[in-house]
Amino acid sequence: MLNRKDLLGLEDLTKEEIVTILDTASSFKEVLERPIRKVPALRGKTVVNLFFEPSTRTRISFEMAEKRLSADTISFSQTGSSVSKGETLKDTAKNIEAMEIDAIVIRHSESGAPHFLARNLDSVVINAGDGSHEHPTQGLLDLLTVREKKGNLAGLKMVIIGDIAHSRVARSDIWGFTKLGADVSICGPSTMIPAEVEKFGVRVHTRIEEALEGVDVVNVLRIQLERQGQPLFPSVREYAKLFGIDGEKLKRAKSDCIVMHPGPINRGVEIDNEVADGAHSVILGQVTNGVAVRMAVLYLLVGKSAPFLPLEEGEKDH
Amino acid sequence: MKPLREKAKILDEEGVRRVLTRIAHEIVEKNGGTGHLALIGIRTRGVPLAERIRKMIAAFENKELPMGTLDITLYRDDLELISPQPIVKRTDIPFNIQDKVVVLVDDVLFTGRTVRAAMDELIDFGRPREIQLAVLIDRGHREFPIRADYVGKNVPTSRKEIVHVELKEEDGVDGVTIEEPVEP
Repeated sequence: MLNRKDLLGLEDLTKEEIVTILDTASSFKEVLERPIRKVPALRGKTVVNLFFEPSTRTRISFEMAEKRLSADTISFSQTGSSVSKGETLKDTAKNIEAMEIDAIVIRHSESGAPHFLARNLDSVVINAGDGSHEHPTQGLLDLLTVREKKGNLAGLKMVIIGDIAHSRVARSDIWGFTKLGADVSICGPSTMIPAEVEKFGVRVHTRIEEALEGVDVVNVLRIQLERQGQPLFPSVREYAKLFGIDGEKLKRAKSDCIVMHPGPINRGVEIDNEVADGAHSVILGQVTNGVAVRMAVLYLLVGKSAPFLPLEEGEKDH
Repeated sequence: MKPLREKAKILDEEGVRRVLTRIAHEIVEKNGGTGHLALIGIRTRGVPLAERIRKMIAAFENKELPMGTLDITLYRDDLELISPQPIVKRTDIPFNIQDKVVVLVDDVLFTGRTVRAAMDELIDFGRPREIQLAVLIDRGHREFPIRADYVGKNVPTSRKEIVHVELKEEDGVDGVTIEEPVEP
């Protein structure tokens, strides 16, 4: 059961809630393989996608999930909207809610923006990435991908490589994977490792060879070149040499390891072509699972938003 | 919910076997053989019933019919009435239903809403030549104009009563009982 109005992050979800979402997503994968890839579960519901930050795959993935469930969807981007006229986030959201909608999916560059909306709106709020805080549906699709490939998550060794300090994906993955019993470590240049990160229950490596030793899962984060105004490493070439994942470095991981990447990929920087397109890569599977996970989250949160009417005495489903 | 007590035993293990055998024969007879036939069980208890009918037809016709399972959770028009958050399970139809005579199988026919949802879902998979319906128990109280082609047993009930079907595959035993609420 998912006993909550909103999905804001994996930090406050219980292990049972995460498993419920993953189980539901597994069932929805079958819907994506049908001749007609659409079910009427959210017919009559309206979902608004508020994307205050550029996004291609997350936004398309959410829109596709909404349409596969027969919800009505409206997508909004900051450019060309009243936000550029100075309207506050709260006013924008309140006005949209006044049009009788059921849910808002929000991506925002400020950490905590979805939490702020969740407190101020009656509608369901789903976090599609907030600043460097969390990206819960990405964390869930990573969990689903690993569970599909490896079965149980308990005891699996996973390493997350890259800019941990600025990565909302890393944060959601750390919460999700540790809750499900995986042994998580992180690796990156020391300038990209947040202070006191060990408190989250992860081990820290700054040498990639050490970090990759015997791991089952390698999650390679994107180096945000567009945010490198004040670079956290001397040069892209040096980063690629020290931390970029190529076939040679990957030999240290288990022979049946899987390699993930949240995309978009900087080929030749954080990951080489031979790895990104190689036998260990599950990167495109992650994208497919993204739609299934978002369908599950929408179904579990928005599908139950109608008032619950208890069964009449003795009434039974048939 | 008030406690329930058993009012009547409708079918025991032998009774279940007997009515399923009759249904299996009726399906083959009505369709003039097994050509074009396929069975689809509606989760949860329709699935083992469809599997048993399939085995029976295989035994006396020497033909394995294609079989699938349907989870109608996403197609119910009254999801919130069933439970606050129904668990979605997989639908699995591993064959093309185009031009097939599909026999839907379920344990109890009551309001007809499950069957309506099952038909809605099924036609999203293609265009079957015909859809037929087989149920172990028809307890009446239809809310939609739906009738079954094959009925194991017609059981008149009041709306307050509950028809309780148990199958070995799900519950460890076979049997059908009517239960009624205990009045104070």
